[in-house]
Amino acid sequence: MSGSTKTAAAAVAAAAAITLLTSACTGSGNNTAGDDPSKDVTITFWHGWSAPSEVKAIDANVKAFEKAHPNIHVKVQGNITDDKINQALRAGGPNAPDVVSSFTTDNVGKFCSSNAFADLDPFLKKSGIDPAATFPKPMLEYTQFEGKRCTLPLLGDAYGLYYNKDAFKAAGITSPPKTLSEFKADAVKLTKSKGDSYSQLGFMPNFHGYESTTTHLAAQWGAKYFDADGKSGVAKDPGFAAMFTWQQDMVKALGGFKKLEKYRSGFGDEWGAKNPFHTGQVAMAIDGEWRAGMAGEAGTKFEIGVAPFPVPDDQADTYGKGYLSGTIIGVANTSAKKNAAWELVKYMATDTHAVVSFANAIHNVPSTLAALKSPELDADPLFRTFVEIAQNPNSTTTPASVNGGTYQLTLQDFGYAYEAGKQTDLAAGLKGVDEQVDKDIAQAR
Amino acid sequence: MSTVHPMLRAKRRREALRTLAFLSPWLIGFSVFFAYPLVSTVYFSFMKYDGFTAPTWNGLKNWSYVFSDYPFFWPALRNTLWLVVVMVSLRVVFGLGIGLLITKIKTGAGLFRTAFYLPYLAPPVAATMAFAFLLNPGTGPVNHLLGSVGLPTPGWFNDPSWSKPALTLLALWGIGDLMVIFMAALLDVPKEQYEAAELDGAGPWSRFRYVTLPNISPIVMFSVVTGVIQTMQYYTQPLVAGKVASGIIGGSGQQFEPGYPEKSTLTLPQLVYNLGFQRFDTGSACVIALVLFALSMAFTALLMRRRSGFLTAED
Repeated sequence: MSGSTKTAAAAVAAAAAITLLTSACTGSGNNTAGDDPSKDVTITFWHGWSAPSEVKAIDANVKAFEKAHPNIHVKVQGNITDDKINQALRAGGPNAPDVVSSFTTDNVGKFCSSNAFADLDPFLKKSGIDPAATFPKPMLEYTQFEGKRCTLPLLGDAYGLYYNKDAFKAAGITSPPKTLSEFKADAVKLTKSKGDSYSQLGFMPNFHGYESTTTHLAAQWGAKYFDADGKSGVAKDPGFAAMFTWQQDMVKALGGFKKLEKYRSGFGDEWGAKNPFHTGQVAMAIDGEWRAGMAGEAGTKFEIGVAPFPVPDDQADTYGKGYLSGTIIGVANTSAKKNAAWELVKYMATDTHAVVSFANAIHNVPSTLAALKSPELDADPLFRTFVEIAQNPNSTTTPASVNGGTYQLTLQDFGYAYEAGKQTDLAAGLKGVDEQVDKDIAQAR
Repeated sequence: MSTVHPMLRAKRRREALRTLAFLSPWLIGFSVFFAYPLVSTVYFSFMKYDGFTAPTWNGLKNWSYVFSDYPFFWPALRNTLWLVVVMVSLRVVFGLGIGLLITKIKTGAGLFRTAFYLPYLAPPVAATMAFAFLLNPGTGPVNHLLGSVGLPTPGWFNDPSWSKPALTLLALWGIGDLMVIFMAALLDVPKEQYEAAELDGAGPWSRFRYVTLPNISPIVMFSVVTGVIQTMQYYTQPLVAGKVASGIIGGSGQQFEPGYPEKSTLTLPQLVYNLGFQRFDTGSACVIALVLFALSMAFTALLMRRRSGFLTAED
């Protein structure tokens, strides 16, 4: 290659590289909202619902919005996952969404700290909405990160106890358990062995048993994940150690980890008709308010009962609480139509009629104080139980963190190792969780 | 003063431009798809970059995080090495074996070829889900069969010591691509060499060892190198198997556990995705991508060097 050829080749390569480099670094959106929401405009709204009844409900909600705002047209895109949201918000561009909702409250920390979602404070002020007077406290907590409110709650989820009333009757149990010792006694009574497996299991305590996860159970102890300085505090909070000890005790009482794991591996898909609670394989389960509807759709043959999940014996006075989470909604920072997008967010998240009708349609817990008290709200007793759990002052949620739900994964990982007997020292294990969580957060900051 | 005639200089320049024009498709491809990604991966591995805000200098923090503080890195590296050694060698041995068998079959060869090639056409996600169903420890037909004849019933995708062997079985089932390559190579071995060997009294093993193997060794080499590179990029099957077997497919407030069970199906590409696209830690994801790149280069260089002694001019 002659000298001039070499130079030319290098120039071509450099030009290509520079073009790509500059195009790769333009993902950050602007923070200004200069659009006029009273002009004719089309915005795109992404959500994660996919079941036909849910899609119908959200479409009806959007239609009602369009009727109230004839100049704003909404293009709705359902069945969106957080991975798709992440990619679209990074890329921006004309096909990126303006309004985004997500089921993963754990990602709020990432969304807010990275400026992927626009800060909603100026919009709330502009519309004269006081969040503290509008939304329940735990829901306010999981929709902001370190004082920055980049999302609002759009319906909530509460976790409680589902039980098989027919199995209860057959076992001679007259009312749902309120304390964990009653719960254990009932679970043992409801468990029927068959060979080296079960014909019916009282409760699946293993952490892979669908919703019986470390975080959902820890809420019954009111355990706190972070201390005042934002450092991981699972070793300090006695609730976590108590939860792990209780879980291990349950595993022992119900036949041991290996036998339970083998039984669990035969369960059907959690979100399908063959969920083990629907099929009668387990008589009690911790689950969210959606389960009652799903069980109905699956044609479950027994009568379903719901109640708050039992509480530790020494906290019996807090009975009625549970784990809360929910769907969040916000405005993409890449959007050029933030004012119009805000109109849709405001309508969906704060209009009492909109919130109540959507909650009734998909049987999720309403996410505003006014909607929770609304007489229009569905009176179905199964649903009402969860509405009450959501309003219980002792109910808790998992806090937003800068790296999303990574701290929960770390705790969960320890849970798997502990229940399998791979790690036996509980105190040292929880200290290890704290160290790992702090390291991960330091890396993300 | 230059003695080169101006016309000659112009001719040289024209030639240089022509060369460049002919080279340009490759040059553009090379810079866009190789040089630029590689350079920017190195660049971002030293930056703190979440994809939203401008990257800032992070020094060696991403590197030290990945190597000493990220709990998934070492298990994933061990799994990747396990798969490279066990899965690649079994695939080559098995592919060659099937290829040998099929070239020997006189009747119905087409049927057997189709039977062994068909699984390769199954999309990886569907194939993995089918295997997760067949190998379900509680309800799957495989354990049912094993149990009914009194054999032990492994936990397969639910047991950390069986999950990688289960993935290997899945890889062997889809051996069709290698089988076809080996068949072509085997049919290419000159017949007279076998006849000469037979005349010298060589048995089947000696014929394989001294005639077949030397003739197909470039193909064996090719399948080992491509197998190593493929396995380094192994992503879909372990991810799907882990997700299906764990039962956690991501509901409200649920965190997906990568590498179920007990990180035994984690591979390095899964970590690149997890860090880069789920945790927004592009810097650490780039570190792992570079580790993968270095490993692939090292493996390939090692294999090429070992092989170079056997290479003939024709290879």
